[in-house]
Amino acid sequence: MAEKSYRDAIRDAMIEEMDRDPNVLIMGEDIGVYEGTFRITAGMLKKYGPKRVVDTPIAEAGMIGTAVGMAMLGLRPIVEMMTMNFSIVAADQIINHAAKVRYFSGGQVDVPIVVRGPQGAGVQLSAQHSQTFESFYGHFPGMHVVAPATPADAKGMLKTAIRGKDPVLFLESAALYGMKGEVPDDPDFTVPFGKSRVAREGKDVTIVSYSRMLQLSLQVADKLWKDEGIECEVIDLRSIRPLDMDPVYASVAKTHRAVVVQEQWKLYGAGAEIAASITENMFDELDAPVARVTGEDVPMPYARNLELLATPHEPEILAGIRRVMYANG
Amino acid sequence: MAKAKKESSSAVAEPPAEFTCAPEWTDLLKEMIFIRRFEEATEREFRKGKIGGYLHVYIGQEAIASGLISALKDDDVVFCGYRDHAQALALGSNPDKVMAELFGKGTGISKGKGGSMHLFDVEHGLYGGYGIVGGHLPLAAGAAYSMRYQGGDGIVLCYFGDGAMNIGSFHEAMNMAGLWGHQGMCPIVFIIENNGYAMGTSVERHSALTDLSARVRAYDIPTEKVDGQDIFAVRGVADRVFRQVRETGKPYCIEAVTYRFSGHGAADILQPYRPKEEVEKHRQRDPISILRTRLSEMCGLTDEDVKAMDEQATEAAAKAVKFAEESPQPDREELLKDVVAEHQPRWVAEDETH
Repeated sequence: MAEKSYRDAIRDAMIEEMDRDPNVLIMGEDIGVYEGTFRITAGMLKKYGPKRVVDTPIAEAGMIGTAVGMAMLGLRPIVEMMTMNFSIVAADQIINHAAKVRYFSGGQVDVPIVVRGPQGAGVQLSAQHSQTFESFYGHFPGMHVVAPATPADAKGMLKTAIRGKDPVLFLESAALYGMKGEVPDDPDFTVPFGKSRVAREGKDVTIVSYSRMLQLSLQVADKLWKDEGIECEVIDLRSIRPLDMDPVYASVAKTHRAVVVQEQWKLYGAGAEIAASITENMFDELDAPVARVTGEDVPMPYARNLELLATPHEPEILAGIRRVMYANG
Repeated sequence: MAKAKKESSSAVAEPPAEFTCAPEWTDLLKEMIFIRRFEEATEREFRKGKIGGYLHVYIGQEAIASGLISALKDDDVVFCGYRDHAQALALGSNPDKVMAELFGKGTGISKGKGGSMHLFDVEHGLYGGYGIVGGHLPLAAGAAYSMRYQGGDGIVLCYFGDGAMNIGSFHEAMNMAGLWGHQGMCPIVFIIENNGYAMGTSVERHSALTDLSARVRAYDIPTEKVDGQDIFAVRGVADRVFRQVRETGKPYCIEAVTYRFSGHGAADILQPYRPKEEVEKHRQRDPISILRTRLSEMCGLTDEDVKAMDEQATEAAAKAVKFAEESPQPDREELLKDVVAEHQPRWVAEDETH
């Protein structure tokens, strides 16, 4: 084990996989000579050369589409989105091509492409650069969508993504890049998709989250335990598609109360899926309706005070918990 | 580094000067006649309701599929749009399985999951069959990069129509292919099948610049125009261009001027966008008649020979229809397969009764 930042965990995963398999390459805007907007790919051009570290034009459909073709013919391209917000320029290539080719070819090709990059709000990037895409991409069959919350998961899940056979939308939290955590040294350490984990055990209320909001939920759980003796069980979904609800159901069977926490908008968000699934499967176990803690229903504003109002923070999560515990009067 | 040949003239290429009566030409005539009969059969079966969805036939453009694909080598691969039956047949896909795919049967080349627009036969080098106009161009460019990256000398042949040239993915793919070509990393031949219409919108009405090849040259990719009705011309260009692309790893674009005799799709019956006289005029330059006449004049092909070919083709098309008709539908369990390699979905009903 070594302590690593979320950013370095991602970088290490790519470097280790490029060392392991010559068919792994990375492409993206300004990842080579410029060394990456977030410097995740710094030094990689020098190490691997321009054939494997491909600076592309500003052309998301072009770079993701070409990566799909590369993947169909045996390579394992990683495509870095400068931010995931730009991936929607290539939505047709992701949704209509990457995610469909295996199916409409009757299983004749693998499409091992990883589209990775940062997403989320927090540093005043305003409306076009602050969105999250888990429910958008999570809607479509034919690909995997993951959103790791820790450096260890970032590394282990990126390795699973690179070694896999299908398109993966690898959603990184920009706000977590500096976060440190223990990461196993084993170069074959991987974290499977579709395995939610209990991030904190508790008996009073279940909090379901992923990515940055998982970390915030853990902070709130700590505080509630210290201040009020309330034990929250916190579930980290890790992957949005495939979605592993079993640990959530097991937890709800114990606590009988659930809160879903997400940064994105409430309508049609991941939380809606989670809440509906809990209701469908665990209705008799519930002592209260599932609560959703979400962002406000607006494009992200620039002004710092408004941006803070637009995303969930400790008070909103606390309010959600009190709602399902009927503790707010 | 050889300076790439760039032509901007609209002159139609002449057939190759050194022509010999090789048996290959007779085989190509046979193939084109078979493609024609196969496509006619699909139109009939569509009208009977045996084939569903969209159906885009290749009638009138056969020389472009046969002329180019016959010049490919084993490791080369083909990407095309949704007018893809002829490419599959020319590549050697089993016609029975192609027809079964159109019928949506479990014996289809993609197990009945793709249909007419998504023919796929990796074993024979066909990598689809795509239904989003122009969407496959980046895939094809990436495939070319992949082949060169892995050290082979294969090339990619990428078919698309004039209508695909206005969508963003066309421009992004061309630019990246042009850039990668500078490093010898993009052995791809783009084929513009310029049949004059993007569905029902003529080139004059859909492209501000009607010299379509000029738009490709803007990405530093050399181009040349060829008479797409004349397989001698098409094949002549193919032999030379494929060799060059294979050697250099640089992209090239062939604009094949052609005409589709049938409607855009099987449902395009009225065709209000083009006068009947125009269709009639173009029918006079039928690629099958052009090849047949040449072989009669120069190689002693007889009417009896052609009649025999025609009967054989009609019979093979009928056999494919029979095979498709008698084949079973895909198994129920097939629905959930091939979505992803791992984490196959469950039936929704199972999901809700946890």
